[in-house]
Amino acid sequence: MTRSAPRASRDAPHVLIVGGGGTGGALAHDLTLRGVRITLVERGEFTSGTTGRHHGLLHSGARYAVSDRESAIECIEENAILRSICPGSFEENDGLFVAITDEDMDYYDDFVEGCKACGIPIEELAPQEALRMEPLLNPGLKAAVRVPDATMDAMRMPLRFFATAKHRGATLYNFMEVLDLVIDGGAVTGATVRDLVTGSEGDLHADLVVNATGPWSEKIARMAGVDVPISPSPGVMLALRGRLCNMVINRMHRSGDGDIVVPQRGLSVVGTSSWTVEDPDELDVPEDHVARMREEGSKLIPAIAQAVSRAAWSAARPLIGAKDADSGRELSRTFKTIDHVEDGVEGFVTITGGKATTLRGMAELCGDVICRKLGIDRPCSTRSVTTLPHTAFYAETERRLA
Amino acid sequence: MSAADPLPTTRRFRVYRYKRGDPGWRFDPFEVPVGPRTTVLDALRWIQLHRDRTLALRHSCFHASCGTCGMQVNGREALACVTLADPLGSTITVEPLANIPVLTDLVVDMGQVFARFPDEIGTVRMSEKPSRASPPDGIDTYERFEDCIECGLCLSACPVSATSDAYVGPAALAAAQRLLEEPRGVDPERILDWAGDPAGAWRCHVAFECTEACPSNVRPAERIMALRGALAAGRRTVATVTPG
Repeated sequence: MTRSAPRASRDAPHVLIVGGGGTGGALAHDLTLRGVRITLVERGEFTSGTTGRHHGLLHSGARYAVSDRESAIECIEENAILRSICPGSFEENDGLFVAITDEDMDYYDDFVEGCKACGIPIEELAPQEALRMEPLLNPGLKAAVRVPDATMDAMRMPLRFFATAKHRGATLYNFMEVLDLVIDGGAVTGATVRDLVTGSEGDLHADLVVNATGPWSEKIARMAGVDVPISPSPGVMLALRGRLCNMVINRMHRSGDGDIVVPQRGLSVVGTSSWTVEDPDELDVPEDHVARMREEGSKLIPAIAQAVSRAAWSAARPLIGAKDADSGRELSRTFKTIDHVEDGVEGFVTITGGKATTLRGMAELCGDVICRKLGIDRPCSTRSVTTLPHTAFYAETERRLA
Repeated sequence: MSAADPLPTTRRFRVYRYKRGDPGWRFDPFEVPVGPRTTVLDALRWIQLHRDRTLALRHSCFHASCGTCGMQVNGREALACVTLADPLGSTITVEPLANIPVLTDLVVDMGQVFARFPDEIGTVRMSEKPSRASPPDGIDTYERFEDCIECGLCLSACPVSATSDAYVGPAALAAAQRLLEEPRGVDPERILDWAGDPAGAWRCHVAFECTEACPSNVRPAERIMALRGALAAGRRTVATVTPG
């Protein structure tokens, strides 16, 4: 099927994607399907930045149904598409939004109405019904709503997009660090890279360069002398030993710290907090945030208070918005494609924002922008192309810089 | 490293280095500040950011779920993301996994690991929709994704794999046994044929190093013993296959 599809011809337009997270992988997949020649570079292992570190939630969109309906609608649409094009990459475990306090209950009507308005299918459950399904929930819960959340593997799901692009002829380099962008007559025409496998340096040339580096996108954009409105906004997650719930358990309230528990293999992952930093490479794991994950999480599932810790870590979200935002919570979760021709630089596009659940949709919109720029008249087809399993990613010998 | 931690002490890291085209490998020494919560992965990333940007290593999830940061730490297989540096002594030696070709520095060629698995292996187990009427059976021990995180630690620790490339190794055999337990449409006879091959279950020397090394409770050695039981029950003993 995908293996026999035609590959981009030698004289097809060539796009260099900087950044091997979910966004870069999905874009490589999208553009190879439209006949574009793709080279992608990632300074570390694929998904080593933000993508692999997230809690592994396939959003139903319910989290955003009250405060950010645009994101909520994106999520529920992409939720259905991803389940169809990545079969076997998601648990069919669903999620619960659980009201614990009277204050949570004040949010209930808005929540239910928001989900309905965004097209998110819900089922309202009495506390006893929720407890039958999830016996370790806080027995004092006041209400629960079931939503189509799911658990995913944060690395292996996105890796399917890399695998499919690779089998269609995309050249994907991990351990290839961008040292600078090549600029010629006001246009970005490539990148100077260092291959960490061989130690050699060289230039990669392309008709267009895409900056898909998430919270690092400001660093890359600066190499072209342009700015992108990105706020690296880390959050702390805490993985506990033991699968304390089967469904994804969310607190029913406006976004806050420690309000989600994602069961993942034999672990329960509690997330998350939110603040903003200047440098996404220097992420602390503040002890008080870890303690808050446990404290807030135990309000949803009391056993969390005593559960044995497996790991605590931070991941930087690439949120779009003003750099002076305090916590990052007020910034939109949606994504943005920036054609830097508006900054006077040709051949350079930044795609940023978004989240794992919307990686395909981000790539579609960015792919549309890129194809318009390159004069390619082929629509996106990723909604209906089943991706190869992640194991296919390793089935071919990798190429390196000569 | 957390801002709230006590002042870090300095540890000496000896890190395996190799770039393609180098005449050989070497250890590079680095002095790294280490606090009580610093993991080996934190320390290696500190080296990358502050001492040597050309150091290559694999990581992704930071919580022992993806299996990318497997390496040898002081001679033992470990996931760097959940291995604290503090208890490891004043000198910490970090090497790539054994029995898998090294691409560069601490990076091994995982393609060589995946090539060993039976073709039918998927990673994520499809799960049933939770019922409204009753909790899923065994909720307290429920595990939905496959336990195996494909990290390669068992292969690195296996003494048979150290002496023979022909052996498929513990992870692949454990995966085959999972398919016997839960076939998901796969023909068990085909799996038994695969596992009964001279490169398969009978080559294990029962050292149990794989189970010792596994960070994800897969217990490959026990699975291999179960496979042998199934093979013997089907009269697929070592005597019925051609020695390879």
